Amino acid sequence: MKHTISILVENQFGAFDRVATMFSAKGFNIHSIAIGETEQRGVSRMTIVTSGDKQLVDQIVKQLNRLIDTLKVTELTGQARTERELALITVSFQKGSIEEIKNINDIFRGKIVDINNRSIMLEVTGPPDKIDAIINVLMPFGIKEMARSGTVALKRGEQIRPENEYVNKK
Amino acid sequence: MTKKKTLSGADIFFESLREEGVDKIFGYPGGATIKLYEKLYDVDFLEHILTRHEQGATHAADGYARVSGKVGVVLVTSGPGATNTVTGIANAYMDSIPMVVFTGQVPSPLIGNDAFQEADIVGITRPITKHNFLVKDVKDMASTIKKAFYIASTGRPGPVLVDLPKDVIAAECEYEYPKTIEIRGYKPTLKGHKNQIKKAAKIIREAKRPLLYVGGGVVMSNAAKELTEFAHKNNIPVTNTLLGLGSFPGTDPQFLGMLGMHGTYYANQAVNNCDVLIAVGARFDDRVTGKTDTFAKDAYKIHIDIDPTAIDKNVLVDLPIVGDAKIIMSGLLDELSDKPREDEWWNKIDEWRAECPLEYKRPDNQLRTQFVFEKISEKINGEAIIVSDVGQHQMWIAQYIKFNNPRSHVSSGGLGTMGFSVPAALGAAFAIKDRPIISISGDGGFQMNMQELVTAAYHKLPIKFFIMNNSFLGMVRQWQELFHAEKYSFTDLDDSNPVFTEIGTALGVESFSISKQDEVDDILNKVFAINDRPVLVEFKVAKEDLVFPMVPAGSSISDMIHKRKNPKGNK
Repeated sequence: MKHTISILVENQFGAFDRVATMFSAKGFNIHSIAIGETEQRGVSRMTIVTSGDKQLVDQIVKQLNRLIDTLKVTELTGQARTERELALITVSFQKGSIEEIKNINDIFRGKIVDINNRSIMLEVTGPPDKIDAIINVLMPFGIKEMARSGTVALKRGEQIRPENEYVNKK
Repeated sequence: MTKKKTLSGADIFFESLREEGVDKIFGYPGGATIKLYEKLYDVDFLEHILTRHEQGATHAADGYARVSGKVGVVLVTSGPGATNTVTGIANAYMDSIPMVVFTGQVPSPLIGNDAFQEADIVGITRPITKHNFLVKDVKDMASTIKKAFYIASTGRPGPVLVDLPKDVIAAECEYEYPKTIEIRGYKPTLKGHKNQIKKAAKIIREAKRPLLYVGGGVVMSNAAKELTEFAHKNNIPVTNTLLGLGSFPGTDPQFLGMLGMHGTYYANQAVNNCDVLIAVGARFDDRVTGKTDTFAKDAYKIHIDIDPTAIDKNVLVDLPIVGDAKIIMSGLLDELSDKPREDEWWNKIDEWRAECPLEYKRPDNQLRTQFVFEKISEKINGEAIIVSDVGQHQMWIAQYIKFNNPRSHVSSGGLGTMGFSVPAALGAAFAIKDRPIISISGDGGFQMNMQELVTAAYHKLPIKFFIMNNSFLGMVRQWQELFHAEKYSFTDLDDSNPVFTEIGTALGVESFSISKQDEVDDILNKVFAINDRPVLVEFKVAKEDLVFPMVPAGSSISDMIHKRKNPKGNK
């Protein structure tokens, strides 16, 4: 099963390397990894998608916590969260197929960011399974090149249920 | 406000070591650290011990840390000096030994240029250190050293490496040693969870067949006293891991010896039949558990460890308590100190003891390592420091020498580093003066770091270097005999071994050799009377002996082998 782990790390020399080294040293998988700055100066957020059973993922979280440069490790799987990924996909087209590609792009709410007389580049964002889906659909046209950003994710705000208020109003 | 002093990186380095209370440093000079050595020439508050190889320096610092409980400190140069420390660092990491290794580095502007004697030692040692640093600015030198010592010695201890570029050592800045340090990503849990401790006490109270499985963490956290008291007051049998030896008196009737691959039959039986297993400062290592799904299968498992990653790593446990063993054991003592003796359980254990005691063929016309170790054990009466190497003799030490004190058994447990004993004994000798220090190696391991005899001779360290020479790489030979079709591939050293007494003599150590049982008492009496210099004794022991009992790797305790299938005159 896939798990999304969000890690706040000190934005320090070697911090990323430590995380990556730990994954390879312990034989853990990395499906995707995305790193960027956060609202706090000197703190970066790494989002790692990995896979394994619960015991393994618990161990990964503990091993991440053990690293000196990690400030906070959150396993997002099983929590309300938003996950996004961006992909740039260059598709080749022949006469007539461009309309089809444009339609697909519209369905997935992508953007056309580059075009020449042989190929067209689409920019698509969304949850990772949406990216997988458009790739599947575009595959028959011939994907020339593709870049995926890796998943970034954030926990969503607490859902407050105003049930009691309704009861009172009745 | 007092004006801060302006100091060079080299000055700051030694001032920081002084602040950390360092009085011994094991090292080897070179180009990148030459400024530090220039300064060291006039430093009077610490002793620098020049080993003959950087690996020797790291093992010596490791041995020093294990025996003294303080942080072992190493200073080496860049490139090959740094890479030579790698085995020593990995060894310390596996056994959670507090150590700070300072490496010189080429000047900052040259880093990455494949400069002379450059190696990316921070990159190389990332997976084998608890943490490591490259100091890029002299202003960060003092705080980095403070952090390094703090990280190495707290929580689950471990080695920390600090890489010091040559230009940073030479640069100057205002110096003030930080009084406290704040590392926001590092807050070890020390106090165990109160309710978990209460719950553990309740479960142990109700246990009919409890067992304490005690590892090196108890030695590390100086919890041997609390552990022993807890075991005594509650009448619970104790088994030790290799690194746990000494945390509970080896001569105590409640002691079952070591467990695991070469552990005693009765310790392993106790593990498999207990109803509550209390693991303290141990990590369910594969050499202990064998096949994990049959390990203490029906027992309720309580796991006390300072490292959260140790919990549920190899074996799933029922009740984890994360924290320092000393604090948790005294917490448990407060909750529970009057559990009556479970007679039925003890009777069962005594049956196992009678069924399969540790044994070897005797009397015998060959000199046997087991026999020598029993004699040593009688001689030292639990009051010496034994520094072992790796292999068959290491297991026989664990089986036949009784340890009554923590920090008296020094052994490379996790990494299993051949060549560890000779240099580690140097460190032990610098850590303690009033107890005999015995380094025991096989003929193979001895040759891996025998250059350090020079260091022992130069410092007149009263170490007894014992070589158990069976002319074989005995443990590998044992596996070849038992599991690999008796293909004794490259394990026979008979034709190639040097004359050990001549090596010893040439390196400045008085040396003896014996090969008969009736010579053992005399030679031990003789060398135990020498306390002002090192001595070396080669024991020419039985060549094809095997360590028993043995649980083959990955097997269950029930698959334990007790003797040879095709007797060769040995047991």
